[in-house]
Amino acid sequence: MLKKLWLMVGVFFGTIFSFAMVAMAAEEGAAATLPPQVKMWIAIAAGFGMAIATVGGAISQGRGIASALEGIARNPSASGQMVTPMIIGLALIESLVIYTLVIELLLVFKL
Amino acid sequence: MEHGGIFYYQFIPGLNKLPMQVGNAALVSIILLILFFLGYRSLKKKGDDIIPDEKFTLLNFMELIVEMSIKLIEDNMGEVGKSLLYILGSLIVFILFNNLSGLVPGFAPATSNLNTTLALALTVFFMYQFYGFKVHGAKYLKHFMGPFLWLAPLMFPIELIGHFARPMSLSLRLFGNMMGDHLVVGIFFLLAPLLVPLPIMFLGIFVSVVQTLVFVLLSMAYFSGAIEHEHEEEHGTPALEEATEAA
Repeated sequence: MLKKLWLMVGVFFGTIFSFAMVAMAAEEGAAATLPPQVKMWIAIAAGFGMAIATVGGAISQGRGIASALEGIARNPSASGQMVTPMIIGLALIESLVIYTLVIELLLVFKL
Repeated sequence: MEHGGIFYYQFIPGLNKLPMQVGNAALVSIILLILFFLGYRSLKKKGDDIIPDEKFTLLNFMELIVEMSIKLIEDNMGEVGKSLLYILGSLIVFILFNNLSGLVPGFAPATSNLNTTLALALTVFFMYQFYGFKVHGAKYLKHFMGPFLWLAPLMFPIELIGHFARPMSLSLRLFGNMMGDHLVVGIFFLLAPLLVPLPIMFLGIFVSVVQTLVFVLLSMAYFSGAIEHEHEEEHGTPALEEATEAA
């Protein structure tokens, strides 16, 4: 049992290291500077895009929390069963705003 | 924004030449292995596994983690979930500890890098497709056809796109949350480093736990969607248990 454990640990770390070494050998980066016009438009688009995405996210989350709070107010003893789906729903709505954030990061730091 | 600075994984001789997130994931994995190995050894030494210890020992902490994982999996998947405990439990513990390690200075959290989260999401994707094929055989493709057979040419590309969007959304959600949290904490440290980043770090703990929960709940939903049977069975799915025994 213990020998199998050490074997699995060894295989796990061996694959990690070998893949990482191979990936590191093939890494290269090309960075070219952009004309300032393009940078200006990237800045404007990033600023406005994130703000617009946050509006939709905030409205939806507000409605979700409002109905969850109303449910808790009607039946306070069952509040545990209402809080968990509320948190999960909030995280799923927020993930849409996070997708916009990822595009932001891509625009600002890589382009 | 590059992570400058000194990290813990650079002091371990085998790990300091790896890329940043791989070295950190390996370091957190080593810490987890040591923790679980110590828990296993103290459980074997105790012998009696009904009565828990009195104080807050390591064994109690490990039992807490395992029991909460089992409760989460059983609440959402029923009896079938017990055979999937290995992959889901590993996901819970790995993602939780990697997320939380981002709050400790000196660690570069592996989940704030798209490579790690994409690897985890692709693992879940390939696993549930594999179990779907293993339990249902070739009839698994009927899941993509939709309710009626004459709708199949319309439903098939839509279902396919939906299925391919799942690992993308899983990975981007986890990566975006962790990267956003670290960016905000970093900016707060630039602005007012004395006590102001503290509420953001509390939010960071909350976000780490919730994102782990959401990742694992969605994975469980995908697994149940792939291996569910059309008719209700009273005693669980023996096909899945055979599949997981053999795999």
